[in-house]
Amino acid sequence: MVKDQDYLKKTASFCIDLAKKLGATDVTTAVRHSISETVNFRNRKLDESNRSDSLEVGLTTYIGKKKSSISSSNLTEDNIKALIVRCIETTKITPEDEFNSLPDKDLLATKIKDLNLYDDDHIKNDKKIEYLKEVEEAALEKKEIINTETAFSESKSNFILASSDGFLNGYKSSSFSASCVAVAKNANNKMERDYEFTSTCHSHDMLRPNKIGSLAAKKTIQKLNPQKIESEKISIIFDRRISKGILSVLASAISASSIARGTSFLKDKINEEIFSTSINIYDKPDIVKGLGSRNFDNEGVKTKELKLVNQGVLKNYLVDTYYGKKLNLKSNGRSGGTSNLYFEKGSISYKNLLKLNQRTLYITETIGHGSNLVTGDYSVGATGFMLENGVFKYPVSEITIAGNFNDMFKNITLADDLEFKYSKNAPTMLIEGMVVAGK
Amino acid sequence: MNDFFNKTDLSRIDAEKIISDTLNNCDDGELYLENSKSESIVLDDGKIKSSTYSSDLGYGLRAVTGEVVAYSHSNEISKNSLKQSADNLSSTLKSKKGIYNHEIPKTNGQFYKNINPIEEKSLQSKLELLKEVNNYTRAKSGIVQQVTASFSGEHKSIEIIRSGGEVLTDVRPLIRFNVSVMLEKNGKKETGVYGIGGRQSYDEYLKDDNWKKVCDEAFRIASVNLDSRPAPAGEMKVVLGPGWPAILIHEAIGHGLEGDFNRKKTSAFHNLMGQRVASEGVTIVDDGTLHNRRGSLTIDDEGTPTEKTVLIENGILKNFMQDRLNARLMNTRSTGSGRRESYKHVVLPRMRNTMMLNGKYSQEEMIKSVDKGIFAVSFGGGQVDITSGKFVFNCTEAYEIINGKIGAPIKGATLIGDGPSILKEVSLVGNNMMLDPGIGTCGKAGQGVPVGVAQPSILIDKMTVGGTQL
Repeated sequence: MVKDQDYLKKTASFCIDLAKKLGATDVTTAVRHSISETVNFRNRKLDESNRSDSLEVGLTTYIGKKKSSISSSNLTEDNIKALIVRCIETTKITPEDEFNSLPDKDLLATKIKDLNLYDDDHIKNDKKIEYLKEVEEAALEKKEIINTETAFSESKSNFILASSDGFLNGYKSSSFSASCVAVAKNANNKMERDYEFTSTCHSHDMLRPNKIGSLAAKKTIQKLNPQKIESEKISIIFDRRISKGILSVLASAISASSIARGTSFLKDKINEEIFSTSINIYDKPDIVKGLGSRNFDNEGVKTKELKLVNQGVLKNYLVDTYYGKKLNLKSNGRSGGTSNLYFEKGSISYKNLLKLNQRTLYITETIGHGSNLVTGDYSVGATGFMLENGVFKYPVSEITIAGNFNDMFKNITLADDLEFKYSKNAPTMLIEGMVVAGK
Repeated sequence: MNDFFNKTDLSRIDAEKIISDTLNNCDDGELYLENSKSESIVLDDGKIKSSTYSSDLGYGLRAVTGEVVAYSHSNEISKNSLKQSADNLSSTLKSKKGIYNHEIPKTNGQFYKNINPIEEKSLQSKLELLKEVNNYTRAKSGIVQQVTASFSGEHKSIEIIRSGGEVLTDVRPLIRFNVSVMLEKNGKKETGVYGIGGRQSYDEYLKDDNWKKVCDEAFRIASVNLDSRPAPAGEMKVVLGPGWPAILIHEAIGHGLEGDFNRKKTSAFHNLMGQRVASEGVTIVDDGTLHNRRGSLTIDDEGTPTEKTVLIENGILKNFMQDRLNARLMNTRSTGSGRRESYKHVVLPRMRNTMMLNGKYSQEEMIKSVDKGIFAVSFGGGQVDITSGKFVFNCTEAYEIINGKIGAPIKGATLIGDGPSILKEVSLVGNNMMLDPGIGTCGKAGQGVPVGVAQPSILIDKMTVGGTQL
């Protein structure tokens, strides 16, 4: 069982009291306990079972405008004491920083909404195994599939965030996820790999196992016998797996830290048009059972819905206390990033989006870390399919796609197929005028 | 030696009994105990942005029968907790018919000193040096807009207790010093990053004003990029510089030669043992025994001494990298490549220091032989799809080559290739092998472990460059 709020509160209060006694003027602490159990299957056989039990404390002490932190999973009283003493000693000799401070009191969360983020259901390993067998049966029905690896993971966690300002709050959450990775082989022994998964707060919201298996198999088989194409300028469609990545780029580029440090290609773009005018982007923390839902951020500041982009215009940065003070902005509860970030759905159907151009490259996977947030340059390896007049013609691999986010953002057309599968979600996305490097 | 049993109700004898009972009729398994301390001190925007110290303790109990691994870990070292883990393992492994292999080779060398790098340099002197780094780097030029510098240090003690009471221990220091510089000129911004590190004290790396060289190098890379032009797009010849660009080998070849993917036949290399996978003259080893290197280990995380494993010899595939589980199932021996990020993670076969050995050509000869291509000097990260063999990596410093001469710098572009065929495209191997500066972290299945790479300059006849200029 995951430890209850009382236990975590007691630990948090102990740490805060001790740090205060040793000379801290302000203290924040987070105590988190999580237990997760995972079962892995491979080719219809049990491969691995893994149980994880983890209790951790993180603590930051302030002496005036000086600050230092410790964290530990060694929670013996002696060790915690020694660590807090060390933290205070370190704080004393760390130089002052005028922007160091706890969040403004009036911004702290006071009401905790029940967002239904916890499901008490416990799925025994035998049941997990039954589920995974069904996943694999569905995937292995296809003769091209030569290997399947599946996993079922259940995790429960509970946390408390506390500060010497009196903030003391936290809540339980749960996560149930299952995945299937399939490998298919063609007549020449060339292999391809693809996957499907489901991840939810509540066990009964998970996808049916046979659906995961058959989707993973289908996606893998489609990738067999890929071709490399010529280098050219072409319109690209990002599958929903990939289009959500644009939101990660946006979130990093408009974080108050990137803006304050001047290391973002979107610096000074507030109230400017950065996307085409049809684009609206929301960050909504209070979605019931949402994978990114939260009542407050990493500092205890209440989180409200933000419209980050309105008709293409950037309206908000993601602000925490420290960088907020640097930029002379109030924290909007985004210490630790966004919650449920999504593009409002577009007005064109998926089918019609595929047909908008005569030739389009449909991307299902990218590899590499080719996003430069300072310059906005983008270049990654990609695999996908060549589309002609809306019809999937053949798989494509060993190519790269490149562009610059400043241009890409302004050339986005979204389909109307938004779904909430991740904490960042985007509809299928068409971007005009990117460069593909191939042969 | 770290005593994991002096502040708990769990005695060493209790632990040994639980281990032996749990691993009865298993093929393998152990109790892995870990005590680690780490620090991170970051200067950014002219100020100490964070100073963090962590202290972690925990265990992982593993039982293996046949192909099945049962693992349970916790940060609470107590009788109760270990028993709960043991019960969890036993409930997973219902039919056990294994024979426990007690044989574990003893190590004969130690590749780093038993020091705690965090305590060897005072916090005060670290803070002062960061300030000096900031002042020195900003004084280089008025176009310096941002400087970030950091120390990270770690001291990790591990103990492995096997069924029957065999005990293996290791103490591993690790440090890294990093500088990142952002320049701005005529509205154009570029960054340069450089770092050094390994398994010695900070001062071994920073002494004699060595830290200035790190700042200079970060500044130089950013300056080069300020003048960069858009990169070309398409297939062309690529000359890779020596040292760190060997992450190409790590991604393109290394991962595909890890035992697990080959036992499971999901690696593009699984049916190529003994066959030609690279041009003649290409020899690649994975070596865990280099003194004080980031990827070196005295023993791996299963207690096996590390070694220098020949992966590819003169173009022929010779060995995979193995942990105990995959070695047993493939009827071979562990190469001392069983690694885990921490007690929270299961053992996987992993790389250590992956190196392509010297050939006989000079870098100059290579560049002279190229009419149109690129010269790639440094890279950011890379990634590979093990199954299809496709891999990428991102240039952070590269130049065009025109008519045998190095030309203008080009913008960061992704290079993409096919693992099983790329080494057949290597036409010249240089004579200037260099180790990387000690900064690599390899990710696999969500676990990061420190690794090293090395290579001489090489000429690749055909690779796709992912630029924007058609």
